[in-house]
Amino acid sequence: MTKALILTVRGWWESQPEQPPVAKVFLTVGQFTCVEPAGLQFAFEVQTQGTFLDGAELVIQETPLIAFCHPCQAEYRPEIGLRYGCPTCQGPMEDIRSGRELKIERVEYANTPASVP
Amino acid sequence: MHQSTDTAIGLNLLHANQAGADHNRAHFDEWGITCLNVMSSPGAGKTALLEKTLAALSPTLRIAVIEGDMTTELDADRLRQYGVPVIAINTGRSCHLDSRMVAGGIHTLAHEHNPAELDLVVVENVGNLVCPAEFEVGEHAKVALLSVTEGEDKPLKYPVMFREADVLLITKIDLAPYLDVNLAHIEANARQVNPHVTIIPVSAKTGEGLDVWYQWVTSTVRQPLPIAAVH
Ligand SMILES: Nc1nc2c(ncn2[C@@H]2O[C@H](COP(=O)(O)OP(=O)(O)OP(=O)(O)O)[C@@H](O)[C@H]2O)c(=O)[nH]1
Ligand SMILES: [Mg+2]
Ligand SMILES: [Zn+2]
Repeated sequence: MTKALILTVRGWWESQPEQPPVAKVFLTVGQFTCVEPAGLQFAFEVQTQGTFLDGAELVIQETPLIAFCHPCQAEYRPEIGLRYGCPTCQGPMEDIRSGRELKIERVEYANTPASVP
Repeated sequence: MHQSTDTAIGLNLLHANQAGADHNRAHFDEWGITCLNVMSSPGAGKTALLEKTLAALSPTLRIAVIEGDMTTELDADRLRQYGVPVIAINTGRSCHLDSRMVAGGIHTLAHEHNPAELDLVVVENVGNLVCPAEFEVGEHAKVALLSVTEGEDKPLKYPVMFREADVLLITKIDLAPYLDVNLAHIEANARQVNPHVTIIPVSAKTGEGLDVWYQWVTSTVRQPLPIAAVH
């Protein structure tokens, strides 16, 4: 996943008109994904060494798993690892409203001297 | 004077992989091939299932296998006995296949065989219940395997793969009588996270349930595929 992240950021960065150094990368990561934030943070630090992202900080915002039950017309929070069905009617987890996000929101460039006009 | 700039990206973390997967799928569609991505934990019985499937279906369907064995050609050699093209991808230490690795396999396949003459490409993913679920490789359907020896709670503990699966094979059911395991509990747990998944209990050893699996494969292959242009 770290490699996939770096590949995507690199593809985006290289397509930019200018390539200033990146200071921070902001992610939104859902709880219902295979990404474990601490593990990703560590792997990112290791795997970006010597690349264009060397030293860049990874800032991860987690989003909770929220499901929507149609019979009850209500949102609920499944208990990951234990129970995913609706606590009211025991129906299965049909729609996921939040928790599947794997998004690179934005980057913050390093402080760079303003270009001289 | 110093300034700090923020720039919105708004891309999926897997954007680069997804682009590759879409490209692979466009190739498959162009050739009229259905691609299945077979995933499970290590040793759940992917290769054993493929051996049976090749023996039963390769007379009627033209099948090739892309084998994501971690480091050896062992699984690929087991499958080559059935006289079908088997492309082994050396995934090194990667814990899942990604679309780029599979693209390499597709290019080898296209180079050594005539892909337009194939009906079905089965990708055996690296044994892992976590990561492969997030990495599309260009498949038309995801096949998950869970063996009865792994325990009833695995769909709850590794929900993403079971959520994403189109079909779930509960494997090694010949062993169920020797274990403290209830097939109905496995199915109920899988349906909590994926109410619409097709569940097929099978044994590659005794052959039980395999005819249902073969029917699923055959009907999936026969479905007309979306027409997409290769970009
Ligand atoms: N009893 C029984 N054993 C099985 C069955 N299917 C597979 N096995 C055994 O389970 C072990 C693992 O099977 P494989 O087919 O190699 O599993 P795999 O998922 O391909 O394994 P990796 O590719 O290493 O992840 C082997 O010893 C098989 O003989 C089955 O239906 N019943
Ligand atoms: Mg195998
Ligand atoms: Zn409900």
